[in-house]
Amino acid sequence: MRAPALALAAVLLLSAPALAVQPDEILSDPSLEARARAISEGLRCPVCRNESIDESTADVARDMRLFVRERLVAGDSDRAVVEAVVARYGEYVLLRPTAEGANLLLWLMPAALLAGGAGIAWGAVRRRAAAPPPAPLSEEEHARLRELMGDRT
Amino acid sequence: MIVELGHLALVLAFAVALFGTVVPLVGAHRGWRDWMEAGAPAATTLFLLVAFSFACLTWAFLVSDFSVRLVYENSHSAKPALYKLTGVWGNHEGSMLLWLLILAGFGATAAWFGGNLPPTLRARVLGVQSAIGVAFAAFILFTSNPFARLPFAPLDGRDLNPLLQDPGLAFHPPFLYLGYVGLSMAFSFAVAALLEGRVDAAWGRWVRPWTLAAWTFLTLGIALGSWWAYYELGWGGFWFWDPVENASFVPWLIAAALLHSAIVVEKREALKTWTVLLAILAFAFSLLGTFIVRSGVLTSVHAFATDPTRGVFILLILGVFTGGALLLFALRASALEARGVFGLVSRESALVANNVLLSVAAFVVLVGTVWPLVAEMLWGRVLSVGPPFFEAAFTPFMVALAVILPLGSLLAWKRGDAARATRTLLPALLLAFAGAALAWAVGTGRPILAPVGTALAVWIVAGAALDLWARTGRSGPSRLLRLPRADWGKAVAHAGFGIAILGISLLMAWEQEDIRTARFGEPFTLGGYTFTLRGAEEVDGPNYRSLMGTVTVTRAGRPVATLHPEKRFYPVARMPTTEAAIHYGLWRDLYVVLGDPQEGGGFALRTYIKPFANWMWAGAVLMALGGLLSLSDRRLRVAAGAARAPAARPSLSPAE
Repeated sequence: MRAPALALAAVLLLSAPALAVQPDEILSDPSLEARARAISEGLRCPVCRNESIDESTADVARDMRLFVRERLVAGDSDRAVVEAVVARYGEYVLLRPTAEGANLLLWLMPAALLAGGAGIAWGAVRRRAAAPPPAPLSEEEHARLRELMGDRT
Repeated sequence: MIVELGHLALVLAFAVALFGTVVPLVGAHRGWRDWMEAGAPAATTLFLLVAFSFACLTWAFLVSDFSVRLVYENSHSAKPALYKLTGVWGNHEGSMLLWLLILAGFGATAAWFGGNLPPTLRARVLGVQSAIGVAFAAFILFTSNPFARLPFAPLDGRDLNPLLQDPGLAFHPPFLYLGYVGLSMAFSFAVAALLEGRVDAAWGRWVRPWTLAAWTFLTLGIALGSWWAYYELGWGGFWFWDPVENASFVPWLIAAALLHSAIVVEKREALKTWTVLLAILAFAFSLLGTFIVRSGVLTSVHAFATDPTRGVFILLILGVFTGGALLLFALRASALEARGVFGLVSRESALVANNVLLSVAAFVVLVGTVWPLVAEMLWGRVLSVGPPFFEAAFTPFMVALAVILPLGSLLAWKRGDAARATRTLLPALLLAFAGAALAWAVGTGRPILAPVGTALAVWIVAGAALDLWARTGRSGPSRLLRLPRADWGKAVAHAGFGIAILGISLLMAWEQEDIRTARFGEPFTLGGYTFTLRGAEEVDGPNYRSLMGTVTVTRAGRPVATLHPEKRFYPVARMPTTEAAIHYGLWRDLYVVLGDPQEGGGFALRTYIKPFANWMWAGAVLMALGGLLSLSDRRLRVAAGAARAPAARPSLSPAE
């Protein structure tokens, strides 16, 4: 029983760790740690599929978490930490796209779409409000109505 | 042999679908009655053939026939029987066959229950539905044949991805597909209406049941997927704004808009062109979602099928159907004449606002999802668009929607009285402020989210209750139970939306987390609960090995729960998974994840208190329940309007 148990432990250890943030990474200063967590949530693990480094169990995510904490301990501001990470790993790791260059289009898009949609809707509603009421029923339609209502009209 | 029969049935299905497209459409165009009537038997035959084909594939999985490549790659003889069954659609080929089966199933329902439709409209609906069947049957036969054999049968299979061996995820795809593909009926009705050049109240009444059903399934499918992520991925996240999630969320938003605008078509004969356009877009986005998932063009956790030829084929299907429908729309939309007149303050205007908010929100999610692709193609920038963007860009639309919802649903058709609606809603407004104040007083951290979410939730739920109450008129509560089911459906679905808002905002605002090295027998506290790791031992599962921890939880000295978080290892697939242990509760979930053994003894342990988590799923279930209640309303019974055809078969009504 002993040997298979050890083998299992080895397999489990060799496979990816089950937790993202490991206890040994956590900084002793709670306010620095809170900042590190907040920054980590906005950084993407470069080798994972759409996970932040705060959620990821990959080795590179751990390296990035440690790097973020190193910079924080060295006294960097949040912005400086993020810039250092981007300088190292590229714009790809930013889960919140910058509002620079073409990305301005992305950030302005919701408001622009809303303005456009609201404008079209406003025009349509105004037209409906101003439209003439539908024509009264024709004689044929009256006849059909009487038939359907069983002469109750 | 059975596998080959399944393959043959699929080839026959392709031929029947081709027949079912051409003959009814030509018949409707030329006015040939007998050609038009061929549509219904063709739809039934198509469904039976695809069902047989699907049954054959299922059989191959159940008996573990590893000479079939698909079974070899996605199954294992030691896998529990349930997952042998769900393994049929836990892979690309099988899931596309399921898609085709559901598509043919919806077409068959239109054939069976569509006896009251005008013959040309019915023929066109069936023809268009069948055309989608042609495309997907061809896709399966030419790029994703599930029946391919291996030259030599291996002794055992390679097992299903362990993440998919789970009850939540096992039934997530069928529900999603019922939703996605259900929208194909709205699409077929829209294209048929454009071909006819006519949209009227009867058309609106016809489109609504299928849209309601599709939206209900989509709601459940999304909720199941979200719940799965919550308990399986190991940190209790429930929504990641992942491309694949967004691919199901965008059609959901558009379908919600379509549901509401189809009411205006049915009751007031207005918003016709807009409703037709929404019906086209809803299915187009379903196809786009299929493309995103199946092509793996946007990397995501779901990309278990990545193959460019398949992507190109689906893109072709998407282009032909969406492009064709939009072209038809551009040519023929002007023929759809609006008739209903309504004032600026009216139920119609409120539903227009609902539609603007829902569809703009859908486009925002869509653009955010494809933006990395656009940025890379146009400017060569490799970037990501993640949760921070979506939370900032999407949330305001839902807040606005929540604010106008109770007001709009109380306004009268044609010409509403805003002051009167506001008076009726005064109690809801007061309750909402009380709720916000309570959340403000109780809450700590992220102060603004909890009160705002609570206020909106109370406003919607109380508004829905007051709406029902106002509907009883002077006859009092005895009338409450005799209100039309559609009124109940509306109130329940809206209340579900409010409750989901409450769950999401309180969970995000008040979640508590603890990460530590836990030693055996050393207690620690989090949020008033005391957790103690008692031990960890190896356990053997049917097709995995597991390291299982035991954690006891007490509160004020009294035992609350004993939890068993696990780390599993699936040797065949060579994949580890984490199984969080969750103690579900009305007010909070206790959520414990076991990590690795640490140097110096003990295990890494992650513990969360997740307040109001269950309210999210309850909200989603209530929304779906509201959909079902509406679907069972007399008005929407497919035999409704049977006055013209007294021989209609009421026993065939689907939603009794």
